[in-house]
Amino acid sequence: MSAHIENIQSGRRDFLKTGLGLSLAVCFAPGRVLAAPQGSHDEALVANAFVTVGRNGVVTVMMKHLEMGQGTHTGMATLVAEEMDADWARVRVQSAPADVAKYKNLKMGIQATGGSNAMAEAFLQMRQAGAAARAMLLAAAARQWNVPLASLTVHKSQVIHKASGRNSDFGELASLAVREVVPEQVSLKTPAQFNLIGKPLSRKDGLDKSRGRALYTQDVRLPEMLTAVVVHPPRFGARLQSFDAARALAVKGVVDVLAIPNGVAVLGHDFWSAKKGRDALTVAWDEGQAFRGSSEEMLSGYRELARTQGMSARRDGDGEQALAGAATRIEAGYDFPYLAHASMEPLDCVVRLTPESCEIWNGTQFQTRDQAVLAKLLALKPEQVKINTLYAGGSFGRRANPHSDYVLEAAHIAQAYAAKHQGRATVKMLWTREDDMRAGYYRPMFHHRLQGGLDAAGRPVAWSQTIVGQSIMKGTVFESFAVRNGIDHSSVEGAANLPYRIPHIQVQLHSPTQAVPVQWWRSVGSTHSAYAVESFLDELAHQGGQDPVALRRELLKGHPRHLGVLELVAQKSGWDKPLPPAKAGERRGRGVAVHESFNSYVAQVAEVTVRDDGSFHVDRVVCAVDCGLAINPDVIRAQMEGGIAFGLSAALHGAVTLQDGQVDQGNFDTYPVLRMPEMPRVEVHIVPSAEAPTGVGEPGTPVIAPAVANALFAATGQRLRRLPFDVKALRRA
Amino acid sequence: MIRFTLNGKPVQLDVAPDTPLLWALRDGQGLTGSKYGCGQALCGACTVHLNGQPVRSCVLPVSAVAGASVTTIEGLASRVGQAVQAAWQKLDVAQCGFCQSGQVMAATALLTSNSKPSDTDIDTAMGGLICRCGTYVRIRAAIHEAARMLG
Repeated sequence: MSAHIENIQSGRRDFLKTGLGLSLAVCFAPGRVLAAPQGSHDEALVANAFVTVGRNGVVTVMMKHLEMGQGTHTGMATLVAEEMDADWARVRVQSAPADVAKYKNLKMGIQATGGSNAMAEAFLQMRQAGAAARAMLLAAAARQWNVPLASLTVHKSQVIHKASGRNSDFGELASLAVREVVPEQVSLKTPAQFNLIGKPLSRKDGLDKSRGRALYTQDVRLPEMLTAVVVHPPRFGARLQSFDAARALAVKGVVDVLAIPNGVAVLGHDFWSAKKGRDALTVAWDEGQAFRGSSEEMLSGYRELARTQGMSARRDGDGEQALAGAATRIEAGYDFPYLAHASMEPLDCVVRLTPESCEIWNGTQFQTRDQAVLAKLLALKPEQVKINTLYAGGSFGRRANPHSDYVLEAAHIAQAYAAKHQGRATVKMLWTREDDMRAGYYRPMFHHRLQGGLDAAGRPVAWSQTIVGQSIMKGTVFESFAVRNGIDHSSVEGAANLPYRIPHIQVQLHSPTQAVPVQWWRSVGSTHSAYAVESFLDELAHQGGQDPVALRRELLKGHPRHLGVLELVAQKSGWDKPLPPAKAGERRGRGVAVHESFNSYVAQVAEVTVRDDGSFHVDRVVCAVDCGLAINPDVIRAQMEGGIAFGLSAALHGAVTLQDGQVDQGNFDTYPVLRMPEMPRVEVHIVPSAEAPTGVGEPGTPVIAPAVANALFAATGQRLRRLPFDVKALRRA
Repeated sequence: MIRFTLNGKPVQLDVAPDTPLLWALRDGQGLTGSKYGCGQALCGACTVHLNGQPVRSCVLPVSAVAGASVTTIEGLASRVGQAVQAAWQKLDVAQCGFCQSGQVMAATALLTSNSKPSDTDIDTAMGGLICRCGTYVRIRAAIHEAARMLG
């Protein structure tokens, strides 16, 4: 494979030549300094925007993507190290500064991490960066030893001239390589030459994260930093009327109480003082425009809406006529609640303002979007807003807010404080768990109405799906390309692209507007569409007297990658053999689901044991995944395990509900999440593939809930059409 | 003034006695390995050892540790603790990593009192901790691995 450089085209030389220009040396806690390598040419080779080689031979790979648990730092570094033939033990990673010119996501046009697309978008770019650095180091060695380039090889960061027995480490060559020309063209390895890609290399963040040393926004400590906690309105749309700060200011350690656009901020020398100050604060709200509805009423409205004509997202044949003429017709409605992301690290952000600059410390998925929003607020140029990307304690989409909501809030607090202090402020905003849970930007509530028709032989001939739920793209900067002809693609993905060969298919959409803010949530539209589609296909299979795997196999002809994961999961789960019998007082069942999201294909088989009282346990999940070329099989396994846990957590427990406009949930007692005893055994099998790599952060999530629901049906004959599951329906009659 | 032993060294803290130990550690002592995740002893990200027992530092007033010995992830030096951390790294347990300090502290406490825990023992000891990345499969495996390493 020679270098296909179309993804960097005209900017290629700029890309290869761009230096780092870093000057990040920030004092944290006493005695703790976070310093980046300076990347200056007399100390090291700054080969390009992504690769620096130190005199000590350490290769530093600049990370344009946020590491939020998905393993992207390890994956990106693997690509660079592979093409450099670098010693993996001496490769380190560092978050890149926000810079759209150097570090944009090639699929998104801004510096952003999302859509499970990092590996897909940067696969060639990172390899080219590594290959270019290698070429400069080789050129330096060839010049020094006066030997032809072609006579040199590289092994574990050692450049070797076999004929003369000479060798030199990258560290020794780095300062010489500075003088070499940045290559115009680089050759990339063929897959047969890969040494690191495809190996279960250990994670670059594993050591620090097992020792409490990884740095998150919550941990940042800067000189003269204040901690801010906030009071948000009790309902969406309510506005601050007035507040009495006297009692708050009387709390020792509280420094100031400030009005901000979405409430009040209490600033203190530490979190606990600020929190006590907040508890002592009296606030009055203007609720004239506030949302007063309930989620249950909204859902009833959605069910009504689903019986009316929606916008057409797909129309093959004539679904209505085919339904009318079908030998058997079935209909089902599926309900999905609002969901909170509930990452372990509640939202937080550190801002340092001076009259000429803004500096942010945050684990953000949207570096240059945040940068643009802050620049506008502060009347600065984007380059005057410096973003330091730290590890995020989870995110699942939440730290990619199109409005930069929490980042903007932190900046508002700093701005309000700076207005009283010569334009200077250093503020760490910490949301409590309850703030995080109640601030909105949920996975939207959805209702799907499904109708299906079978012919006399039990084969599906008609499929009609009407989807009702808020658009997450409308009103954002992404609307112009994500919403076409009124259809928000993210509302219908996983349904409008139904892979099953059914002659008449129609998919329609209603996108009602609500006051509750919504956002993407790990696997986006597939979080609901996969459940509705894979449950209803199971209903059709049972109605037609067909085995759920056999029916899918039949309907997926022409979709080899769907079929590939289906066959692999059927084989590895032993689908053709009966489940071991249940013990007295228990029922067992097995279910399957298949779904593609973000161009990765996942099939899962779940086995469940249901007790007489309806409670159940998922005993075993067998998962097959096709994500193209497997860069790191262990990271892929980890993401499938984690995706299954995340999806199962939502299926078993997840629901944000509202009554009289107020969110009922606040913490993990009222918004329970999956815990250790509920975690099934997981077996992950990766389809060998030479296709271009695709992502794994999200695609494992949407498949588990329908697989479990189908297993529960097999065990009990009860179909669960509302999430989260209500186990009362599973009681033995 | 509250006096106690922190990671083997005597400390004196001049903080409001109702300050949760977590915030005394994080904001007062600069020990940020223990995390705030819920503030209600519901998630376990703040787990530290109090006289060797795992406790949720987010709800424990610092006044309650006067005279006691507190160990945080930064001071985890026992043979069991080191085996747990080695197993964590070997199996690449961590994803986002935010809960893992608490998980490591809880697992160390479990293995210190029970050198060969069963899956049920692990469920009981670890069920109070949350990992949103869903690393439970590997936490379980790493506890068994650490038990093996300790012999």
